[in-house]
Amino acid sequence: MSYELVGISVLWVFLYGYLIVASIDYGAGFFAFYARHTKQDHLLNRLISRYLSPVWEITNVFFVFFFVGIIGFFPDTAYYYGSALIVPGSIAIILLAIRGSFYAFENYGSKESKLYLFLYGATGLFIPAALSVALTLSEGGFIVAADNSVSLDYMKLLTSPLSWSIVGLAIVSVLFISSSFLTFYASRAGDLPALKLMRNYTLLWGTPTIIAALTSFISLSQHNERHFQNMIDLWWLLGLSIICFMLAQWLFYKGTHYGLAFISVMLQFFFAFFAYGIGQYPYILDPYITIHNGATSPAMGTALVAAFIGGLLLLIPSLILVLRLFLFDADYVKGKR
Amino acid sequence: MIDTLLWSRWLTGLTLTFHVIFATVGVGIPLMIAIAEFVGIRKKDEHYILMAKRWTRGFIISVAVGVVTGTAIALQLALVWPNFMKLAGNVIALPLFMEVFAFFFEAIFLGIYLYTWDRFRNRYIHWLLTLPIVAGASMSAFFITTVNGFMNQPEGFVMEAGHFIAVQPLEAMFNTATASKVFHVLTSAYATGAALLAGVAAFSILKKGASLYAKKALRLMMSVLLIFSVLTTLAGDMSAKFLAAHQPEKLAAAEWHFETERGADLILLGWLNSEREIMGALHIPKALSFLAFGDFNAEVTGLNEFPADEQPPLIVHYLFDLMVGAGAALVAIPAVYFLFVIWKKRNELNRWLLWAIVGCIPFAFLGVELGWFYAEIGRQPWIIRGYMRVEEAATTSPSVRILFFLFLLLYIVLGTICVFVLRRLFRNNPAELEMEKSAGANHLKSKEAGDVRR
Repeated sequence: MSYELVGISVLWVFLYGYLIVASIDYGAGFFAFYARHTKQDHLLNRLISRYLSPVWEITNVFFVFFFVGIIGFFPDTAYYYGSALIVPGSIAIILLAIRGSFYAFENYGSKESKLYLFLYGATGLFIPAALSVALTLSEGGFIVAADNSVSLDYMKLLTSPLSWSIVGLAIVSVLFISSSFLTFYASRAGDLPALKLMRNYTLLWGTPTIIAALTSFISLSQHNERHFQNMIDLWWLLGLSIICFMLAQWLFYKGTHYGLAFISVMLQFFFAFFAYGIGQYPYILDPYITIHNGATSPAMGTALVAAFIGGLLLLIPSLILVLRLFLFDADYVKGKR
Repeated sequence: MIDTLLWSRWLTGLTLTFHVIFATVGVGIPLMIAIAEFVGIRKKDEHYILMAKRWTRGFIISVAVGVVTGTAIALQLALVWPNFMKLAGNVIALPLFMEVFAFFFEAIFLGIYLYTWDRFRNRYIHWLLTLPIVAGASMSAFFITTVNGFMNQPEGFVMEAGHFIAVQPLEAMFNTATASKVFHVLTSAYATGAALLAGVAAFSILKKGASLYAKKALRLMMSVLLIFSVLTTLAGDMSAKFLAAHQPEKLAAAEWHFETERGADLILLGWLNSEREIMGALHIPKALSFLAFGDFNAEVTGLNEFPADEQPPLIVHYLFDLMVGAGAALVAIPAVYFLFVIWKKRNELNRWLLWAIVGCIPFAFLGVELGWFYAEIGRQPWIIRGYMRVEEAATTSPSVRILFFLFLLLYIVLGTICVFVLRRLFRNNPAELEMEKSAGANHLKSKEAGDVRR
């Protein structure tokens, strides 16, 4: 396997990791606000802060990791995406900054501010929407490249059914993934009222997720025939994704095996996300950057892969430690320490 | 076009100026926490443990701001300087990537450290968690400083037809500028961390009297400050010698040294008239030659040797002098403090000295900021010295002007809330009260445990 293929696969795995951990975080923000609004916050707040406080910084690193990695492996992406995304990218930075810092201020500093909770909830939906613009751009047709400058065709982006369906998909997926995780976490904590509430949310957001996925798929067929066709050829991956979805919904409905149900949700997104990613091969930005013409020099590519392996040897044991201490430690989850 | 360039520079400068405050705290404070906790366990003195706890609590607030502004600058590199990243990405990707790993590592253990104060029976296990945090923070500083080192002293590639080829990532990382830069950045960050905490302790003595807790904190941090400010001075000297040998135009601009000559004078402050003649300055004979080469008669290259469009702005002279002044104060103040401690006739807790120690906080942060301003403005007009000029690297999007104001607003809000939250965290919760409370809680806990056993 060539280093650029290793690079893009690694990055795609990390983006998938970010998709899961960030969705849990962003969705939790929305649910916390919604629960306060409907006066059910006493059910959720402790559950959410118990899990999210130790890991919010880790979530953020996943994002930086993907971002720095893609520029490292494919410096051309910095030129095209960087030039085109200066406005939406900056908005995303500002939202991330508000969310990240207010998170800490709230947890370790002030308490119980309604304005804060609103910002926390609202950014939880706006950030995924802003970030999903990058995915839309990768399909091509929105970036105008002249001789010495690259710019974004906002009119086209804002009127495209594809971009709106991807934004919609991003938001409902966030809510679905988050609620399914929190259902599982509540069941581990033995917190029955929170469990009941989160299970309802999960069942509620399952259907829109599949509908939004279908809509995006149809818009994609209108916008980028090649990508669509490639994904059709990967029908078995999409099929596996749907089977996992059905299994998860069935388990949530029956109210048993929440751990398995959450793993099914993770697999559902894993298969769909990889079908999407593999279908885009070999393009990173249609038609300007492929993984071959945009890749960095072989020496740097090899060094990055080596650094990556070294880094993983450090990270995986540490991540397992975090999970054991905060996710699989029954006493911690139940709030006893 | 020129306008866009100017706003791009302002935007990046703004973000970095703001980020540097929190980044320095982020590198410096973990070491202080580790020292305090270790001393506490070693001496079985709960005061030091409490110090570590309280500092951690304040630290975490500043980490949050550091993380989000760090994310901002990472993204802005590509958004505002797309051409730079396209070209240099081939050479600096490795340290950037490894910096994220170091940051990741630190983030993981910081989360664990925060939430496991009472989880381990052996207290050294909890203390051991500080080591990956200190290492992670210092490694991030190391990696990111190598990137900056590369921009100042590009090495490890061959330039052909506007592209970097034959890239050697490690050679680029360990360029000639790296050693002195990393040394200077790390020592000054540790000194700043110690100055901040010593200043806070001194301030609390001034306001609320000399409690045992505050006196211990002050003594501990003053000794750390003395060590690291002396090391910072050494690192600064190393940097000056590096500049003299490899970037003479930067040193010449800082010293207003125009003509190449032997036995060059060191010039302090002063101003320039319209013919670039130096007025009202303090001249120290032959000192520049000595600083640059360790020899009073060595030849120092003057600024006139360089083409006019490759000369850095002359304002860097003031930045340099003020940075050095701030550094000197950080050596002098702790030195006087310990002189008073040893020489029993004088009280080391007299008001004047305490106020001077409080002053260490602004001196330390100003020193760091001015040092960075000098390093960055001093390599203008280059973004990659000798290879790419700043105007070739910037974005063409006219939106940067609006974005500048948007980010300015963001940083004002973040900075204000940060100060507000920190004040609230400590103001109504003095250390003595917390000491009593925790003693009470321990008592209660052991009683509860006894109940369960029964």
